[in-house]
Amino acid sequence: MSLIGTAAQPLRVAIIGAGPAGFYAAERLFKETELVIEVDMFDRLPTPFGLVRNGVAPDHQKIKSVTAAFDRIANNPRFRFFGNVELGRDLSLDDFKANYHQILFSTGAQTDRPLGIPGDELIGSHPATEFVAWYNGHPDFRDCQFDLTQERVAVIGVGNVAIDVARILCRTQEELMKTDIADYALEALSKSQVKEVYILGRRGPAQAAFTAPEAKELGEMADCDTLVPPAEAELDPLSLASMASADRADVRKVEIIQELSHRQPTGKAKRLTLRFLVSPTELIGDEAGHVKQMKLVHNELYATDAGSLRSRSTDRTETLDVGLVFRSIGYRGVPLPGVPFNDSWGVIPNDAGRVIDMQTKEPVCGLYTAGWIKRGPTGVIGTNKPDAAETVESMLEDARNGDLLAPAHATSESAAAFVLERQPELVTYADWKQLDAMELNKGKEQGRPRVKFTRIEDMLAALRE
Amino acid sequence: MKVRNILATKKGQLATIGPDEPVRRAIAMLAASRIGALLVTDEAGALVGILSERDIVRSAASDENLFDRPVGEIMTREVIVGMPQDDVIAVAHTMLERRFRHLPIMDEGKLIGIISIGDVLKTQRDAYRGEVDTLETMIIAEGEE
Repeated sequence: MSLIGTAAQPLRVAIIGAGPAGFYAAERLFKETELVIEVDMFDRLPTPFGLVRNGVAPDHQKIKSVTAAFDRIANNPRFRFFGNVELGRDLSLDDFKANYHQILFSTGAQTDRPLGIPGDELIGSHPATEFVAWYNGHPDFRDCQFDLTQERVAVIGVGNVAIDVARILCRTQEELMKTDIADYALEALSKSQVKEVYILGRRGPAQAAFTAPEAKELGEMADCDTLVPPAEAELDPLSLASMASADRADVRKVEIIQELSHRQPTGKAKRLTLRFLVSPTELIGDEAGHVKQMKLVHNELYATDAGSLRSRSTDRTETLDVGLVFRSIGYRGVPLPGVPFNDSWGVIPNDAGRVIDMQTKEPVCGLYTAGWIKRGPTGVIGTNKPDAAETVESMLEDARNGDLLAPAHATSESAAAFVLERQPELVTYADWKQLDAMELNKGKEQGRPRVKFTRIEDMLAALRE
Repeated sequence: MKVRNILATKKGQLATIGPDEPVRRAIAMLAASRIGALLVTDEAGALVGILSERDIVRSAASDENLFDRPVGEIMTREVIVGMPQDDVIAVAHTMLERRFRHLPIMDEGKLIGIISIGDVLKTQRDAYRGEVDTLETMIIAEGEE
């Protein structure tokens, strides 16, 4: 039996990445009654909550209310937040190992997969995640430029993010005013010339990853007609057969898409068209290297041995005029310095959350992972709760068996002093609550839920005052 | 949710056995690794069958001297194989409909893992738990508006 995890020597855990998976892991750790556990949570940004702040669409404020639960977790006296501290920049993995018994990586999936087609790199072709981070005021992306003078836009993919991007492009100024969208994005979108937005799905309506409420929302925008080509809303025989065993929610989603396919344009200022069974095969540029057209191939579905429906191209093609392209065909994690990484899947290799060596497949002592960087980008915010719980079970089992790192400095005070020395401008949870109050106040003055800080310098300057 | 997302959190070490090995050894491996099926591979590493607990029970019912027979005689030869891109919900349906509990996964012609009906069940349960949690959060937020 190890002596770590007592009041005299608490089990010291570092969580790197302050998104939902990190908070749910902390919550589960604090539920453990037999061990005394201290959690220090790190984020490279001064602000916590990861994609809840920087990913969830600004017109989905209700989902963001999950942060109230994160606040309660952060209120635990054994919890500390060290924002504006980055692994690799301020602290190395060895530094973490010198201060903690266990280290959990919950850094999410930060980049897009490329399309892998000719013209992918043309001007005007962007990863959807960059646009999302931009309109949400992520400091690293606030200076991105998107050519909103273009009238015709294609969003490739039918996941939640593709739908968010299309919806934000089609919202009116009044609709966006009610959100916490970044100030500069609100300004840029108010001058947007975008009139026609296409969402392009590789497979059919039954396989689209967005949910029924999201489909419904697309049909209820103030000044945008949402349409689906009737032929593409029809289910092929394989999809039709799959509906027999589908969830009620998926059946409803297909119904909503088919309802949209019966609509006619009503003369609203913008038009959103949901397309199915098409894949881009090439982006074509003008002389200046700016995307002007997209070649599409029509697909058909076939069933794999295991019964899932996949797309394959037919010989039918078409060309679509578009001046701006957002690709959202899947996310991948970014490797962390010194941490094993499965490059083909973009995740940290693990066994029930224990980081494993890619070659030996054996666990690496003291290292764990949770959330999207563990399983890949899938599920809703709440999916990270059972995911993090599984990892914490592994952590607790190892702690009971004494399979822990042997940090040279294992007190809460020494760790804080160490981190402060490396990053004098670290942001605590109390600091964040001050920033939060300032953002909410500014929002109140403007009749908006929140007006965000979008520059790290501005956040740090506001805290110094 | 894809099969890839299940495999991402598993060690990925494959329990394999040759078709000429005795069933005795297969049973020992199943017990030691606490698993329900072995992949049967030839010398070149190609998948030639799958040997599940069911195959063993079925053969044992008619042959008490099962232990010394070669695995190849009692294995299931027609193996349904999945791929990392398969949708978990479709896989769950296929496993239930066709009544099998283990799905070997191949990627570009190479065996990379196996998922069991237990893995699929756990993934589905966690996906639903997650959705319920998020829906509850939103409903509570609605109430506070």
